[in-house]
Order: sequence, then structure tokens, then C-alpha cells
Amino acid sequence: MNPRLLPYILILPVTLFLIVFFLYPFALVAQEAFTAGGGLSLQNFREVVGYWKFPISLRNTLLLAAAVVPVQLALALLMATMVNRMNRGRDLVLYVWTIPLGISDLAAGIIWLAIFEQSGFLNSMMGGLGLIDRPANFLSYQHPMIVFTAIALAEIWRATAIMLVILVAGIGLIPKEYYEAAEVFGASPWQRFVKITLPLLRPSLQTALILRVVLAFEIFAVVAALGGTIFPVLMGEIYAYQFDLLNGGAAAALALIVLAISIAFTLIILRVLRVPKGATI
Amino acid sequence: MTGSATSQAALPTPRKSGRFLYMASVTLLCAWVIVPLYFLLINTVSSPDTVNNYPKPFLPPFDWSSLQFFASYQGMLSALKNSVIVALMTMVLSITIGAPAGYALSRFEFRGKELFRMLVLLTRAFPLPLLALPLAVMFIRTGLDDTAFGLALVHTTLALPFAVLITFSLFSGIPVELEEAAWTLGCTRFTAFTKVVLPLILPGIAASAIFAFVISWNEVFAAAVLTIENRTLTAFLLAKLGEAPLHLKFAGGFILVVPALIFIFAVRKYLFAMWGIANR
Repeated sequence: MNPRLLPYILILPVTLFLIVFFLYPFALVAQEAFTAGGGLSLQNFREVVGYWKFPISLRNTLLLAAAVVPVQLALALLMATMVNRMNRGRDLVLYVWTIPLGISDLAAGIIWLAIFEQSGFLNSMMGGLGLIDRPANFLSYQHPMIVFTAIALAEIWRATAIMLVILVAGIGLIPKEYYEAAEVFGASPWQRFVKITLPLLRPSLQTALILRVVLAFEIFAVVAALGGTIFPVLMGEIYAYQFDLLNGGAAAALALIVLAISIAFTLIILRVLRVPKGATI
Repeated sequence: MTGSATSQAALPTPRKSGRFLYMASVTLLCAWVIVPLYFLLINTVSSPDTVNNYPKPFLPPFDWSSLQFFASYQGMLSALKNSVIVALMTMVLSITIGAPAGYALSRFEFRGKELFRMLVLLTRAFPLPLLALPLAVMFIRTGLDDTAFGLALVHTTLALPFAVLITFSLFSGIPVELEEAAWTLGCTRFTAFTKVVLPLILPGIAASAIFAFVISWNEVFAAAVLTIENRTLTAFLLAKLGEAPLHLKFAGGFILVVPALIFIFAVRKYLFAMWGIANR
């Protein structure tokens, strides 16, 4: 066999697979979104954007991402630096902190439902402490802020682990000599964090943020489990278009809008956290 | 530095309290992860009456009637079976398709390598479950609709980028010299691979296979879109969220969580290795 052909033969299966199950369906979504009444048109987009639920679900999705991602970033950075200086028990603590990595968004929603539902643990705790006379129905129209908080907490609980893993791996790549040198010059832990860890962690921060932000716009099952119809989000609306309203064109148009938002944020993150050319650890 | 003298003198106390603060925050963050899981466990091993009543016990009563109800619920066990089948298929597909590409990326320089890496990385930045919408139509035409295999194909698209990047980093960790030595000792490229490289990376391959399993096991949106009769556990639970009694939801959630706990434990050694190179 010609050795120059070997790498191409090895990557052929992945390439074919991604063309059939990634690029092709993507083209189909685009085609369906821009087709209405047998011709090229923006009708689907007008319909989706004009629907009264669209501004609400867009706002909810963006608000959730804005509330969840910064907290996750801060928490993941804190946990990663803590793990980094840990000697004993590092493996155990890391295992515990990465458990949510394997837990689905649906399961996370159900877990936090156990806490927030009317006969749930939050009410039981507050009742036990004598703070309330009878259990309140937190996940209802009367308490939109609590519904939002419950969903945000479930998301922070579930998806901080993925950022933690990426950041711990990234911190592991930073040479220890930099920290030793900084210590010799009398830098405080906070200065070391700001002047060494953060700048050198930039590639990992980039990966972690892109992954989290894109996934934050895909939030679906956590909301379905905790908020139901009280708190509409974009992915839930796509699902509703496809199944309740049987409007595939509108679902595709909304899918493209979610995609456009994801790409826009990916580009922004890439730009803001860009790594200077030729700069390596 | 003017502050250094004073901080030198007062060193023992702040260091001690800092140590305490540090241990306290580690403990607190561990509790933050574990306590919600503990609550789910309590609900799962309570009787349906206890689950639906207020106030809740804070110690598990170990009553199995909720789980029995879960097992006897119409369609639940077959949904569980479907989930396992789809996840196993995804596992096999993503490794057999992804690992050769990971090997190619780690061992060869070839034209189009960067383009190929871009294509693989690009898939990670896309809301992939959305692609289930057109695939639903495509599957109806090809007869793959509502089958475990059809869903496994979509889940493989989700797991494939990870499989390629993880195997890429695994292969990169094995020196080419080992293979070259085998060639000089009379191995062909293929036998050198099977006799030298494969045994070394088998544990890592197993870890990335488990990762693919978890990705498929946990996926909700595509599963809900692509299956109707043969629902997976996640799709089934999602469909029943509105109508199902609480104890069914909690037992279902618990069953979803258990494999995740075991799998993360099994792959913990590799979690970081795979991201260390993958994020450069």
C-alpha cells in the first residue's frame, strides 16, 4: 500500500461520517428554514420572530447564560487553583467535583426538583427550622425569580465540572518554575494568580468558555424538569414547533437563529481571549 | 516592601486561619456536589407516600416500593434497555470510526490535516442536537426512523469529536520509536500496531469508549426527537415529566445518575490527560 495514502484512508471514515451526519443535515436545516410555500423566502423567520413567545424565550435563554456562565467560570477557577495546591486527597476531591460531568441535564433537573418542589427538601428544611408555617409552591407562576434561581443553580451544579476539567488540565501545563520565580520576587498568591495563571491559561479559558456558552444556549431538559411552561427557552420552543405545532420550517428557522447566536458568541470569545501568535508555554 | 515585616511577624495566625478557610471551602464545595445527590437518593428509597408528603425525612428510610413502581411502570424497562443498546452502539461506532483518525493525526503530516482538524473541532461549537430535526426526515426515507441504530448514528456525531481528540492525545503519548523498533525487528506497520501500540493504549481506549457511552446515555433532545415507540430512558422520562407522579421521576432520575457515577470513577485517570492536549 502506498504509505502516502495511509493517513487519508485512516481519516476517511470520520470525514464521510461527518459529511453525512453533520454537514448534510446542516444543509437540510438551512434549506428547510429558507423554504416556504415552495419557494425561497424568509417567511419562516418572520413567523418565528413575530411569535409572542420569541422575545421571552430569547431573553430567558440569554439571561440564564449571563447568570450561569460567569459564576461557573469563577467557581471553576477557584476549584482548579484549590486542587492545584492540594497534596493529600487530591484524587478524591477531584472525583467528587467531577461527578456532575457524567450526569445528564434531565437528571440534574430532577435532582433540583427534589429540592424545590412543594413537598421537597427546601420546604422541609425551612419548616423544620420554623421559618414557614406550610410549604410554599416555589415552582409556580407566583415565583418567577425562584424558578429562574432553581434553573440557574441546577445548571451551575451540573456543568461547572466540564470547565473545571479543562482548567485543571490547562493549569497542569503551566511550568512550576514561573511560580517559584514569582515567589522569589515576593508575589502574593493573588498576584501569582493574576499575572501567571490567568494569562497562561488563556487557551484553556477559550475552550472552556466556548464549550460552556454554546451549551448554555442549548439548555432544554433542566428547564423542562423545573420550569415547564413557566419559563420558555429557545430549545424548548424548537421542540414545541416540531412536535406540538408540527411546523418543521419554523423549527428549522429557530434552530438557525440559535446557531447564529452560538457562532456569534464563539467568535467574540475567540477574539477577546485570542492567544498572541507565536506565544506558547 | 513595607508590609513584609509586619506580615512576617504575624505569620502563624493568618496561615492557620487561611488553612482553615481553605479546608472549609473544599469541604463546602464537596457538599455542594454531594448533598443534592443525597436528597435524590433519599427520595428514591422512600415509599411513594413519603415522596409525595411533607415534610421529608433527612435520613434514607430504605423502602423499595418506589423503585418497584418504576420497574413495573408500562414501557420503563424497555426504555432502559433501549438506552443501553443505543449507548453501546455509540460506543462501538465512535471508537471504530474515531480511533484511526486519532492515529493518523498523531503519526502523519499530510496535506489537509489542518482542514480536517478544523472540521472535527467545528462540530464541537455547534448545537448538534439540532441536526436531529432534518435527520428525522432522512431516517423516515431510509427506514431508520425510531430505531436504536438511527439514534446511535446521531449520538456518534456527538461523541466522535471527543473520540478523535482523545485517541489523538493517547497515541501522541506513545513514542514513535517504539513502533520503529518493532519495524526493524520484522514487524509490518500493521503488526507493529497490534503488538506494540494497541496493548499500551487499550486502557485509554476503554476510557474514551466509556466517555462515548455516557454522552449517549445522557442525551435528551435528539433522543426525544428521533424515537417515538422505542424511546430511550431520557426521552421516556422527558415525555412523562408532565403526567408522571413524583416518585417515578425521582426513581428515573436516580437510575440515570448511577451509571454516570461509576463511569466517571472508571475514567477519572484519563479525564485530564484527554483535555490537556485536546485544548491546545
